[in-house]
Amino acid sequence: MTAVRQRRPGTRRVPVVLLVPAALGLAFLVLPLAGLLVRTPWASLPERLTAPGVLTALRLSLQAATIATVFCVVLGVPLAWLLARVDFPGRRLVRALVTVPLVLPPVVGGVALLLVFGRRGLVGSWLDDRFGVTFPFTTAGVVLAEAFVAMPFLVIAVEGALRGADTRYEEAAATLGAGRWTTFRRVTLPLVAPGIAAGAVLCWARALGEFGATITFAGNFPGRTRTMPLAVYLALETDLQDAVVLSLVLLTVSVVILVSLRDRWIAAP
Amino acid sequence: MDRRAVTDLHAHLVVDHGAFRLDIEVSVSAGEVVALLGPNGAGKTTALRALAGLVPLTGGFIDLGGRTLDAPDRRVWTPPERRPIGVVFQDYLLFPHLTALDNIAFGPRSHGLDKHAARARAAAWLARVGLAEFARRKPRHLSGGQAQRVALARALAVEPVMLLLDEPLAALDARTRLETRAELHKHLAEHPGATLLVTHDPLDALVLADRLVIVEHGRIVQEGDAATITAQPRTDYVAQLVGLNLYRGRGSRHLVTIEEHFTLTVADTVDGDVFVAFPPAAVALHPRRPDGSPRNAWPATITGIQRHGDNLRVQLVGPITAAADITPAAAAQLHLAPGAQVWAAVKATETRAYPAS
Repeated sequence: MTAVRQRRPGTRRVPVVLLVPAALGLAFLVLPLAGLLVRTPWASLPERLTAPGVLTALRLSLQAATIATVFCVVLGVPLAWLLARVDFPGRRLVRALVTVPLVLPPVVGGVALLLVFGRRGLVGSWLDDRFGVTFPFTTAGVVLAEAFVAMPFLVIAVEGALRGADTRYEEAAATLGAGRWTTFRRVTLPLVAPGIAAGAVLCWARALGEFGATITFAGNFPGRTRTMPLAVYLALETDLQDAVVLSLVLLTVSVVILVSLRDRWIAAP
Repeated sequence: MDRRAVTDLHAHLVVDHGAFRLDIEVSVSAGEVVALLGPNGAGKTTALRALAGLVPLTGGFIDLGGRTLDAPDRRVWTPPERRPIGVVFQDYLLFPHLTALDNIAFGPRSHGLDKHAARARAAAWLARVGLAEFARRKPRHLSGGQAQRVALARALAVEPVMLLLDEPLAALDARTRLETRAELHKHLAEHPGATLLVTHDPLDALVLADRLVIVEHGRIVQEGDAATITAQPRTDYVAQLVGLNLYRGRGSRHLVTIEEHFTLTVADTVDGDVFVAFPPAAVALHPRRPDGSPRNAWPATITGIQRHGDNLRVQLVGPITAAADITPAAAAQLHLAPGAQVWAAVKATETRAYPAS
């Protein structure tokens, strides 16, 4: 009898050279989060959560991130459409410019915002003179800082979805008498809706965690500009346990969002 | 009807696409169905897209119903949404997020009808193609044949002056195709405007169209009604399409010289540049040189044998390449196999010879 050992089809040995670094990489990503859970002062959690300032910061964070996301969707989706569908000179340059805030250190972004939208900034001084509108130390400033940093995530995700979508549907709409706006509204938008949702989630998550640009541009003013990341940073200097609790809240919010939209995100074109 | 005169299409389509150049002239009268037939890559779809306005012309013009839609020389250009042209796309392109009804209502709504009126018109069209009960279905829940009918209704619901169909039956399986073809024929006959159909399937073209325009390499190689084209093919592609062996040569009374040293005897009297065509069934195969009546006989080598209906189609090379249809019994008797040497023979009376120019 000849005994030939067969592996199940599709199962092949994983080389140790790849397995070890992969496992280390995973540990590196997960351990800090586990550490956060281990060091959480569970007993005093309820009272720390309800301490003055915490809920205010959380509410402010959620509000600002949501408004920033809406702002990004309203401006970013048309921008993504322009990049994906209209062949204009300098398109590559525009696309590169859109991605700059992605690689720019957020603090630098904050400084740049201050130079333009600050009280003495190019646009800021005009807004102040004309309408009495100022951004620094206001929630509007937080929204602006978050939108600046988060918008590229949305634009890139939506542009990718638009490029992946079958443009022949748009051609079909044109032959049926639909102009570009009608086609965008009634055909393109519904077709790339999952991509927009994915982009908005990414954008929202990035806005929620924004720290550098916010503290530089909008300052750290309780109730108005002190978002959760700023509160964490501040707590770190006074009470580590508070910082841990606040971090846990942020972590929970992020994980919940990620899990609830995971399928969408993966299925996005 | 005087509407007919003004809804004709006259077009000279020139589209440069890298190394490829489409250059064809087409005219379609109102009520007429013309099929653009050709192999893949011949430029049929480009022609259709140019007519619909999805590809701009680089030269020539498109006149529809007395109105110029596209003429680059005169700087005239009408975008697709303002052309009175309906299109049925190859894989239908029904909007996946809309129901069958809303897909059809899309056109009327874009033309300014309110939601209610557009839906009413869509419902009427849905009923006309026999799908009234599928109004609320999304395209992914329609069968291929149903989707084809919804696509047709969607294109017709805007009451276009001209209808374009791109391979309308190509996406269907053989059985659905048969039914849908008959159905489509009925609707095309009812359409008052001009209809241009693009296909690579000769059967679709023969059944659906009044006139065939055959395109190869971006040029028209032959046009006419089905009877003329099937009787007198002018290119290898057309000959294959209609199942004939086709040769071009120099005729002198009853002799046609093909290649240098090969001459066929034909029944027709011809002179000069001519085509000779004969069906594969007219070719007889013999193990040795046949004696007696056939005037045309030549030694040949078998390169392939395929089933063809109830018979076998034998591919031959020799002084001329040819296809022969023989019965399986004859094949067994002759011990036919690829590589075998045989004699092929064709009676002069089975050939047709006609001028090439």
